[in-house]
Amino acid sequence: MTSLSRDDVAKLAGLARIEMSDEELVALSNEFTVILDAVARVQEVAGADVVATSHPLPLCNVFRPDVVIPSLSPADALSGAPAQEEQRFRVPQILGEE
Amino acid sequence: MSLTYDDVVAKYEPVLGLEVHVELNTNSKMFCGCSTIFGAEPNTQTCPVCLALPGALPTVNEKAIESTIKIGLALNCSIAPFSRFARKNYFYPDMPKNFQISQYDEPICVNGYVDVEIETDEGPKVFRIEVERVHMEEDTGKSLHVGGATGRIHGAEYSLLDYNRAGIPLVEIVTKIVPGTGKYAPEVAKAYVAELRDILRSLGVSDVKMEQGSLRCDANVSLRLIGSDVLGTRSETKNVNSLRSVERAIRGEMIRHAERLNNGERVVQETRHFQEDTGLTRSGRSKEQAEDYRYFPEPDLVPVAPDAAWIEQLRAALPERPSIHRKRLQEQWAVPDKEMSAMINADVLDVVEATVALGADPAKARSWWLGEISRIANEKDVAVKDLPISASDVAEIVALVNAGDLTDKLARQVVEGVIAGEGKPSAVIAARGIKVVNDDSALMAAIERACAGQPETAQKVRDGHLPAAGALIGMVMKDTKGQADAAKVRSLLLAHLGQSEG
Amino acid sequence: MSSKLASGEISSVELTQQHLDQISAVDKDVHAFLHVDTEGALAQAAAVDAKRKSGAKLSPLAGVPLALKDVMTQKGIPTTCGSKILEGWRPPYDSTVVVNLKKNDIVILGKTNMDEFAMGSSTENSAYGPTHNPWDLTRIPGGSGGGSAASLAAFEAPLAIGTDTGGSIRQPAAVTGTVGVKPTYGGVSRYGLVAFSSSLDQAGPCARTVLDAALLHEAIAGHDPKDSTSINAPVPAVVAAAKSGNVKGMRIGVVKELNGDGYQKGVRKLFEESLELLAAAGAEIVEVSAPNFEYALAAYYLIAPSECSSNLARFDAMRYGLRVGDTDGASAESVMNLTREVGFGREVKRRIILGTYALSSGYYDAYYGSAQKVRTLITQDFDKAFEKADVLVSPTCPTTAFKIGEKANDPLAMYLNDIATIPVNMAGIGGMSLPSGVAEEDGLPVGFQIMSPVMKDDRMYSVGAALEAALLSKWGAPLLSTIPALAGSK
Repeated sequence: MTSLSRDDVAKLAGLARIEMSDEELVALSNEFTVILDAVARVQEVAGADVVATSHPLPLCNVFRPDVVIPSLSPADALSGAPAQEEQRFRVPQILGEE
Repeated sequence: MSLTYDDVVAKYEPVLGLEVHVELNTNSKMFCGCSTIFGAEPNTQTCPVCLALPGALPTVNEKAIESTIKIGLALNCSIAPFSRFARKNYFYPDMPKNFQISQYDEPICVNGYVDVEIETDEGPKVFRIEVERVHMEEDTGKSLHVGGATGRIHGAEYSLLDYNRAGIPLVEIVTKIVPGTGKYAPEVAKAYVAELRDILRSLGVSDVKMEQGSLRCDANVSLRLIGSDVLGTRSETKNVNSLRSVERAIRGEMIRHAERLNNGERVVQETRHFQEDTGLTRSGRSKEQAEDYRYFPEPDLVPVAPDAAWIEQLRAALPERPSIHRKRLQEQWAVPDKEMSAMINADVLDVVEATVALGADPAKARSWWLGEISRIANEKDVAVKDLPISASDVAEIVALVNAGDLTDKLARQVVEGVIAGEGKPSAVIAARGIKVVNDDSALMAAIERACAGQPETAQKVRDGHLPAAGALIGMVMKDTKGQADAAKVRSLLLAHLGQSEG
Repeated sequence: MSSKLASGEISSVELTQQHLDQISAVDKDVHAFLHVDTEGALAQAAAVDAKRKSGAKLSPLAGVPLALKDVMTQKGIPTTCGSKILEGWRPPYDSTVVVNLKKNDIVILGKTNMDEFAMGSSTENSAYGPTHNPWDLTRIPGGSGGGSAASLAAFEAPLAIGTDTGGSIRQPAAVTGTVGVKPTYGGVSRYGLVAFSSSLDQAGPCARTVLDAALLHEAIAGHDPKDSTSINAPVPAVVAAAKSGNVKGMRIGVVKELNGDGYQKGVRKLFEESLELLAAAGAEIVEVSAPNFEYALAAYYLIAPSECSSNLARFDAMRYGLRVGDTDGASAESVMNLTREVGFGREVKRRIILGTYALSSGYYDAYYGSAQKVRTLITQDFDKAFEKADVLVSPTCPTTAFKIGEKANDPLAMYLNDIATIPVNMAGIGGMSLPSGVAEEDGLPVGFQIMSPVMKDDRMYSVGAALEAALLSKWGAPLLSTIPALAGSK
């Protein structure tokens, strides 16, 4: 039986940048046990000789010519911005390294 | 206890890994049609795609594929018959989708190599750097950090984001690990990056200006005891913005690793930042906890399967490899190695070649570009290539000197004038009224005036004291505003004073 | 309606106003709409009327009003995807579907309610409250496109656009007694369709009749250079197929695995009756087997969350949408984390975490990797089945509309609603649901699902039209004429 502990879920929430409460983490951990068992069924049939599909259609080589098309106006580009300054998106201080 | 480099290489051998990112010079971005022109007002070159607005979808730039294939071919890679884009997932405000469209286990080019030649104690030696892969990805936006010291991210109050550069096409070239360079590691790395730069420039796919960021190098270094086959822990150094920095960074890291190892300390696997001013690296993000990028094939794009005939067409159209090209020029011009290196280091080889192509004598072309023009460039603290004087200007000047319409001295004035922005050589000559005074009678008049003005000196010459003529020639030159041909003045003067050329 | 518009019997403004009035009258109970663009719709309608007066040649649906699922961008109009994280966001660009609607002079009335980011089967996951099934307001209208389907059943709009990732057009159509079609994947552009699961999402037409759906299908489908996954081929002749409704000699394959004990008795009975009608119309009924279909649900619940965990990463409070926690000294990281916690609902967060897990290093092969292999197996099953049959059929979903709140705390039970619809998305083929009647146990609508091979969408419309005509004969009037009247209905 596959299970995810509360801490496992917390790690995933960190990767997904969602700040979950303790109750949520525990609840998810419980739910996942059931869900993961159900979805683990795929391993039953997914043999090594089966090729994975990542596209329903066998398209390939879809390209766009290297031609410039008009961009959005800065006003439109920034229209949804929660905060802006000097025609740039203003965001709080970034802690991580570049 | 500070180790010397020699101490380090006596005990350890370095293993290198180099990752080079190239900004392609396409007109539009990698996955959308926004312009790539540098320096535009913030957020004027964005669209739903590169801003990652909900609902937007990427589309692949055909020219970027072509450029990447050309790069792969020039680096002796195999072009994958089938390759895919993948999402590299991580969060950062300068990356709008919070994933980067890149390539993962199916890159477009694999298994190539670059040969570089460097001077060793035993003479010139060729090192083969194997290229693991060449793949395509997109660049991020740019952030301005406000409120901290010196605009750096630490201590900043907030940041301002400009997404004009988000989505610019990047090609990443990754080497396999490079052992066996011994004490020449820094030079080999530098030569590799220089050779890559020259190859990319000859393909015309990028500006490849390290100082501007269109060519970026990350250097990975680890040390192991000489004779061991156990790899040491590596560190990655970023922010290496020039060829010289590549060399310094690697040398510095080798010493730093050795000092730690000698002290019984572990080398930490981490990303470090190169500091131009000190030549040392500063610790950055720790790579102990490798970020889980959760790569998976990009579902919004379909695979790339380049037509074999197209690949062969591109292969046939590849320009001559720069190193071969240089050897050919060296033979043609009969130039000694030292002078060849000087031209390469000063980055004037192309422009000298262009000048020669326009009819100038190779030696003359070299002497102008490496001599006077380089001197002016150094004075102005710019690269020769950035001076507003072209191969055709220099070719024209050389031709005028050959024809006797200019003396070397006057020619230098013309060069100065062109660089100062006064126009093409003919315009400078006209505006400044530069011309060689060839009129013998005018010269004679000036000579007579000079002799009359300095009778004792003139007498010395008559008496056979030839060196004294110098002062008189100087006066004539002044009199003619430097426009006389000094050699001609000398011969006329001597004749006038009853002497022949000594 | 369009013939009345064409003949001048009614103007688009009048028609639009009638629908706006109906919305005002009943939507307080149905809650199909999140935003009604009264001014904009009337302006569009007026413009079409003017065009028509000037004698310009107009498309068949010109002037007809339509409800748009709130997952498609429409410039300047609020687009929320049923989520708090996009509350108030007005896109600066039109999705290609909207561009095509405008090209055809179709009047967009407003944006309809949906499960948040299209994740759900009941529209209970909307951050703005559920939509109520017009057949019984205490019941769900299906999901994720419950709003679009309900708007049709409540006569608030004659046409609607939905999107379908695992059944989100077809299942709501089934439980509301309307018609819903998921075209072949790539048949309709996804540019401007806010992505949930990129390799499964597809926008499609919703209507009260098969012919209306066909007309809308032709209006929105076609190649789009802005969508690299869109098909560069002519749109299948769906209108012609819907008009002919000819099934003589067509082989109709009944999928053995998409039936059985998990399916409500009344649902199964209506399915059998529909088969009889099709046989009477000249079709040959055959049985086919798709043994890998039983794994489809599991594979879907690995692929869709994986893709969505990546697609929804862009909602980070930096460039648009909700931003919370931006107080003194807060970092970008903390603002991001808090905004996503508050802005996303429970189901969305559940799927993001599941997807993050399925893609993690060490787990990729076992989960996402394996699921993509199952996809290949399902496609192979369909290929084999389509050798024996021209279309495949099944009940659209196992049950009729359940009560609001009934399955809300049991995610797995909720997921089972999609068991018959999901295989279609996994293989990228076309799927349609049309009403086959009301179940005798509860008098609630039941849907009949038709599946056609890639780019053979016209076959669904032929069979759908044939069944619809036969049912109409049997009932004497359209099914929706029996729907209980809504309070205040015009």
